[in-house]
Amino acid sequence: MSILIDANTRVIVQGITGRDGSFHARQMMDYGTRIVAGVTPGKGGQEIHGVPVFNTVAEAAQATGADASVVYVPARFVKDALLEVAASPLRLVVCITEGVPVLDALEALEALRAAGKRLIGPNCPGLICPAACKIGIMPGHIHTPGRIGVISRSGTLTYEIVQVLTDAGLGQSTCIGIGGDAVIGSRFVDLLELFEQDPETDAVVLVGEIGGQDEVAAARYYQEKMTKPVVAFMAGLTAPPGRRMGHAGALVGGADDTAAAKIEKLEAAGIPVARLISQVPGLLPKL
Amino acid sequence: MKIHEYQAKDLFREFGIVVQPGRVAATPAQAAAAARELGLPVVIKAQVHAGGRGKAGGVKIVDKAEDVAATSRKILNLTIKGLPVRRILVSPSVDLAAEVYLSLLVDRGVSKLVFIGCAEGGIEIEETAKASPEKILRLEVPAAGIGALEPDDCLDFAGQLFHEPAHARAAAVIMTKMGRLFKERDCELIEINPLVVTGQGEVMALDAKILLDDNGLIRHPENEALRDLYSENADELEAKRAGLSFIRLDGNVGCMVNGAGLAMATMDIIKHFGGAPANFLDVGGSSNPNKVVTAFKAILKDPKVRLILINIFGGITRCDDIARGILAAREQIQVPVPIVVRLVGTNQKEGRALLKDTEMTVASTLEEGARLAVQMIGSKP
Repeated sequence: MSILIDANTRVIVQGITGRDGSFHARQMMDYGTRIVAGVTPGKGGQEIHGVPVFNTVAEAAQATGADASVVYVPARFVKDALLEVAASPLRLVVCITEGVPVLDALEALEALRAAGKRLIGPNCPGLICPAACKIGIMPGHIHTPGRIGVISRSGTLTYEIVQVLTDAGLGQSTCIGIGGDAVIGSRFVDLLELFEQDPETDAVVLVGEIGGQDEVAAARYYQEKMTKPVVAFMAGLTAPPGRRMGHAGALVGGADDTAAAKIEKLEAAGIPVARLISQVPGLLPKL
Repeated sequence: MKIHEYQAKDLFREFGIVVQPGRVAATPAQAAAAARELGLPVVIKAQVHAGGRGKAGGVKIVDKAEDVAATSRKILNLTIKGLPVRRILVSPSVDLAAEVYLSLLVDRGVSKLVFIGCAEGGIEIEETAKASPEKILRLEVPAAGIGALEPDDCLDFAGQLFHEPAHARAAAVIMTKMGRLFKERDCELIEINPLVVTGQGEVMALDAKILLDDNGLIRHPENEALRDLYSENADELEAKRAGLSFIRLDGNVGCMVNGAGLAMATMDIIKHFGGAPANFLDVGGSSNPNKVVTAFKAILKDPKVRLILINIFGGITRCDDIARGILAAREQIQVPVPIVVRLVGTNQKEGRALLKDTEMTVASTLEEGARLAVQMIGSKP
């Protein structure tokens, strides 16, 4: 069925009284996600969309038995929001917020790792298990339940890919946007490992871009450890070197992190790479 | 955000990392005066946001007073990797007893903060890392404590760079100061290449490179003052202030897209069909019609643009807001080129209805849009 989340996941919304937090809490509830609490320091005791608001993650978790949270707080408060999760009983936190200082992301990630918690993001659209649980900001209706896993560094590009999968009759087990920043909580390899173990996933689509070496690490992991098929799409073939393409992590620094170099490494490892988005479904093996 | 060597050295001084005295000059006369003040020989270095300054002729040692102005003029007339040299840094030349490489950076592969060292200084670190990885030293440091490192935390590492205990101790102290600077000004990279021991036995940073974290600007408005407006594209900066992510390219198909990954993919697909994108533009997630107007203005400042391809996959972004922005832009400014628009996702029906009575070309997929755009440009001289 899915990795990381399912229909039973009980979710806290950090920053639920803010404009984005409140809007997306409603959207997630409408999709069927079990939003059990909200957290905004100083606003405990209120209710939003019928959901109780607490001052701290610890209180919210204790009162509701939540096991995951999603963070919509402004960038400057993200570190504290994540440190709260590190000290709580939650197991998973998804950080949607964009523009988090890199030192804050590193510090929060250190604490979360030490506490054995998983972070998705920051600067990501979140993750969705179609028809069961949506934690994030993606349009729910383009997804359909099925057996393809999707992992992506992008937001709207992921929606494009999901749309062509859905149109081709290929449903998804879980779709995860891992985030566009240089420092993120979960990388391609971490999630490929989970998809490899997930009995409800048959194949994985990996959506990468310029910058960093995560796609190369994924290629190596696939070659050495993975039995399930993986296909890829890579954005940024036309990106000029030395320029940051919107995402903080999307910067061609050298010859190794160009889209072309990554496509070469992925294909050498046996992962077919689609040149057009519409080619993605055709590259997946007939299952 | 890149800053210049002279600015990085100012920050080094502020945090107690030893650097040479230096004067920034914008004219040959200023450079000559600086050389008189500092004493010859001097090193003159181009201050541009580009690597490989030495190879490009942007770093020169001058022995004679009468040569300072001429050499400075030559460097000030250079354009290095497309960037004109507007300033030079004049410093006294130093006798070197030893030089090493030292940096503090974010290793994104493992999401950790690390010191990187190499006992050979003045080198291209990426090339050494490839050719002789065994020469590269690494020390992972916790981000939570980076502002409060103790010299003892760094001494083993520094001892592998310098065998002389006094020099190793001095380098360890420099590492603690790099940590404090990294924390207090929100850096992404601090690189000293080379860190040297002078003939007098002093350990000092001969060069200085700092990248400041763009996301750190939210708590460091003072970092903004270090931005070199001349080395950044004015249109790109203006777009950034409006909340757009915009980069000018060489082609003639203007692009307006929501989302950075999709914006890159849109450029790639234009190229795939034989066209050339004129820009990267991410209008961002919010649904503000004014942003669309600003985006049109930014794209149309480039006279090469012959068509605009709008590709929106609505999630948070609402297609009707984008459509309203397109209509507003056509009222407020002259849009002298054809538009191909592809709107799907949230409120796509409303968005398309708003554009129904215009002469814009509508595409249902990104690929169809890109193909149409390239065809339309190709069919007109």
